[in-house]
Amino acid sequence: MIPAQFSYRRASTVDEALSVLAEHGDDAKLLAGGHSLLPLMKLRLAAPEVLVDIAPIDELRYVRADDDGVAIGAMSRYHDLHRDTVLREHAPLLAHVAGSVGDQQVRHRGTVGGSIVHADPAADLPAAILASDGVLVARGPGGERRVPAAEFFLGPFTTPLEPDELVTEIRIPRQTGLGWGFEKFTRRAIDWAIVGVAAVGRSVGLINMAGTPLRARATEEALANGASVAEAAELAAEDTNPPDESHAPPDYRRHLARVLTARALDKAAVPA
Amino acid sequence: MKVAIEVNGQTVAEEVEDRTLLVHYLRETAGLTATNIGCDTTSCGACTVLLDGESVKSCTMLAAQADGHAITTMEGLTADDGELHPLQRAFREQHGLQCGFCTPGMIMASVSLLDHNPKPTRQEVRDGLEGNLCRCTGYHNIVSAVVEASGQEVDR
Repeated sequence: MIPAQFSYRRASTVDEALSVLAEHGDDAKLLAGGHSLLPLMKLRLAAPEVLVDIAPIDELRYVRADDDGVAIGAMSRYHDLHRDTVLREHAPLLAHVAGSVGDQQVRHRGTVGGSIVHADPAADLPAAILASDGVLVARGPGGERRVPAAEFFLGPFTTPLEPDELVTEIRIPRQTGLGWGFEKFTRRAIDWAIVGVAAVGRSVGLINMAGTPLRARATEEALANGASVAEAAELAAEDTNPPDESHAPPDYRRHLARVLTARALDKAAVPA
Repeated sequence: MKVAIEVNGQTVAEEVEDRTLLVHYLRETAGLTATNIGCDTTSCGACTVLLDGESVKSCTMLAAQADGHAITTMEGLTADDGELHPLQRAFREQHGLQCGFCTPGMIMASVSLLDHNPKPTRQEVRDGLEGNLCRCTGYHNIVSAVVEASGQEVDR
């Protein structure tokens, strides 16, 4: 399968990428690791006229701890994040989740920024970042703005980013010492989650339980009001809208959400 | 666009369409056909090669993205005098293949796996090769081959 014709441009700085976007607007698409976009282009579900390769932007490849928490450059690859000692210390949930996306080869290419802006409700990292109260930093022609993850996922593959904006950084409040748990139920090893749960402290993010990643608010409130993990996890499927597929109907997914939430919270109850 | 890739130590430079996939560049432009196209959807791993020493699926990369980088294919593992790479030898010794279609991808993914984890357990080999499908062997002998290539006793 071969993508439709496009013109390939390479950016080595954020400014270069923004100027190509400003020039081409809606006709241009950013290419990071390409592990979501290129398959869509090969299936001709996407056919941008201009592809701007931003993977070479070295200034967006870092993990730094500061007073507020951890700052992750958007072009950091899953493989880098999984092995990063700063991330493992201050946001271990994300380091673990990054190591469970796809397979070894995918993790050598895929980036955290690419995963976030693709906004696939079945993806692992968006739910983990949502559970972590992450904030996304975007740059566009008008400068920089910050969007909390809680306001970033509007629907399947839909975010508030403008076509001329680029996510540069993901900011995570420090989680040092907090327990965490990650549970992902798949049919085969490298599949997307049928349902997944990312928990850190008493925050719970749900994967593939609606058109966007979700927080399990009813569970979180029950925990805050003194419920046990078992009691709180029973509420994990409240206010969800899981997709219907032949091998995983909504009731089955609700069941999985309750079971996996209990497991993830049990793990998260143990301080890191 | 003009794409120049160091393939197995030699620079291959050609004018290709921007949309050319890396796997097509390797097979058709560089003429190296060990790298197979299996599923063409990032699932099976048959097209795995090394990009700057790390395993990637060459059906899900543009040749343009590898411009200026180094690629190693299965052909590049064998020494000039024909001496096999330890993984190639171990796959033969342990009968880690039947039809052989997945083998180049399995071996390239295993090179990267052993680079990250030089002494893996059998379970770690299975986890590390989760992105490579084999429809013949049931994986058992493949795992044995990787364990042998890592210099460990093969406990079948």
